[in-house]
Amino acid sequence: MKSMKTIIAMILAVVLLAGLSTAALADENTIKIAVIGPFTGPAANYGLACRYGAQVAADEINAQGGLQIELLFEDDEHDTEKAINAYNAVIEAGAQMIDGNTTTSPCLAVGAVAYEERMFMLTPSASSDLVVADKDNVYQVCFQDPQMGTISANLISENGMGTKIAVIYNNADDYSTGIYKTFIAQAKEIGLEIVSESAFNDDTTDFSVQVADAKDKGADLVFLPIYYTPASMILQTAKNIEYAPVFFGVDGMDGILAMDNFDPALAEDVILLTPFSAFSDDEQVVNFVEKYKVISGGVEPNQFGADSYDAIYALYQASVNAGIDGNTSFEDACELLIAQFSEMEYTGLTGVMKWDETGAVSKLPAAYVIKGGAYVPYGE
Amino acid sequence: MVAFLRFLINGISLGSVYAIIALGYTMVYGIAKMLNFAHGDVIMVGAYIAFCAMAYLSLPPILAVLLAMVACTALGIVIEGLAYRPLRQAASLAVLITAIGVSYFLQNAALLIWGANPKSFPSVFSVGAIRLFEGELVISSETILTIISNIVIMIGLTLFTGRTKLGKAMRAVSEDKGAAELMGINVNRTISLTFAIGSALAAVAGVLLCSTYPILMPTTGSMPGIKAFTAAVFGGIGSIPGAMIGGILLGVIEILGKAYISTELGDALVFAVLIIVLLFKPAGLLGRPVREKV
Repeated sequence: MKSMKTIIAMILAVVLLAGLSTAALADENTIKIAVIGPFTGPAANYGLACRYGAQVAADEINAQGGLQIELLFEDDEHDTEKAINAYNAVIEAGAQMIDGNTTTSPCLAVGAVAYEERMFMLTPSASSDLVVADKDNVYQVCFQDPQMGTISANLISENGMGTKIAVIYNNADDYSTGIYKTFIAQAKEIGLEIVSESAFNDDTTDFSVQVADAKDKGADLVFLPIYYTPASMILQTAKNIEYAPVFFGVDGMDGILAMDNFDPALAEDVILLTPFSAFSDDEQVVNFVEKYKVISGGVEPNQFGADSYDAIYALYQASVNAGIDGNTSFEDACELLIAQFSEMEYTGLTGVMKWDETGAVSKLPAAYVIKGGAYVPYGE
Repeated sequence: MVAFLRFLINGISLGSVYAIIALGYTMVYGIAKMLNFAHGDVIMVGAYIAFCAMAYLSLPPILAVLLAMVACTALGIVIEGLAYRPLRQAASLAVLITAIGVSYFLQNAALLIWGANPKSFPSVFSVGAIRLFEGELVISSETILTIISNIVIMIGLTLFTGRTKLGKAMRAVSEDKGAAELMGINVNRTISLTFAIGSALAAVAGVLLCSTYPILMPTTGSMPGIKAFTAAVFGGIGSIPGAMIGGILLGVIEILGKAYISTELGDALVFAVLIIVLLFKPAGLLGRPVREKV
């Protein structure tokens, strides 16, 4: 019996060693990019869009030959604690750079650790200015919340969309409060009248008080710097009490049409900000939409998908230019990518991008209106 | 004044949903002396079944609700038989932990079956709204439906427990399990029946909840479940009229608190009221104080 045990132990040792050696010999021609986002949970539409968009980009790149991409997907459920677990999991799996996180709060949590450990992050869609603040390793593909607050206020004022404005925001969310603050500041600056400001938190399901306040104060435009799930409830609540102001959402509103069983009539005439519209007839966009729908099972891409697609291409372009391959450690890759991103220019689905020294991108959102379940550029 | 009236009506409507859910907690507690923490998740399952029936099978709302009630009744009986009955003689703490386990099981099963994407719940009952004060006050059909359902369920349950043989058996079991058994009442079957009724009501509550707040997710039932439990304790757990009063008061406090104090503190106020009530009336508003014999 004893010899039997010895044999088993030896076999196990050999198997383990073999496992170790394959892990050490990473494929030189393949870089590993982690995609971290909420693939489940209330923000799943955003995370899944990033996942599918990244997959479309990686498939295209891998089909061309040359340096290949392996994507490592981890779910953070839009939760800071799970985001750190996801980050540790991708490090374990040999990730060299991250396309993520999708949403702001998890991105802040992971960014702090990644800054210490020197992992490069390019977030497709975490749009708070805090995401890149004081971190040289974090870059954004999306424009920032403060910009969105300012741009929204300017658009409303320039186009005379509304004169009495109500704001409903999520006080438990960095993304929402970030936009809310800059919006209010800019509104004061340019003389927009804010008649109602009301907050809610993540557990809120009853919006009757917030919507009633806007109605009672006579607001003709309701600004919603929030994600689409609460936004859909606000739209329903307003419909129930027959209140029909102009609803102005930001990029978090993008995705509302993709909700299961959502009635597009509810979102008719809602205005939102996005750098990307799947309804464009641009050749590059049409090609992307077609491939994306194959992977997503027929769901139209939103800007998150396009941002993540751009993120993978930008990371790829920078990696090729910097000579990063499968053997580069993530710490080395981080410094090389920082050098690339601070001077490169990339043109993608969501516009022409250059990055400043903080990691913020230079591109601007455009306003769209939802008409008959599709996005139409505002003013057309 | 109109604003106050509107908040009051909204509060009663929200409170009615809490009351229907609270009934499930209170009946099960009264009879089996256990807290069925999975009750909130039965609501969610009921709402999903109604959702699927309407969105995928295109059944009319009334059939969808009936289907959800049947499915939840079966689910309630199965949960009781598999998870709680074997622990009938065990310590109450063991049953409580099992109930929490069932709750997580249901949430994760829903996550697997229906996915994490929120679903937009279709309007069950649209006959237009009632307009008062020249359109200043609009009461939606969902609100009216919720309040009417609550009243019908309350009257029905009161009659059932007071007038029918099965209802009397339920009361007997809640008074004294041992004596009821000696009188020839099948205790296990009575407890199963209680779970069946509670779960059927949960299905109704799920549909009402989601038609007013039209987002359906695997976690949809947890917060209303906790609040309804609060309502049951508030009104006096074990008491059917207590659940009704507790639920409605809680809904009204939540909405008025949001409207006149702070939109962010609505939930905190609800639980603060619970603490205050329990300090002064530990058995709840209508609960009977239980004397421990030494």
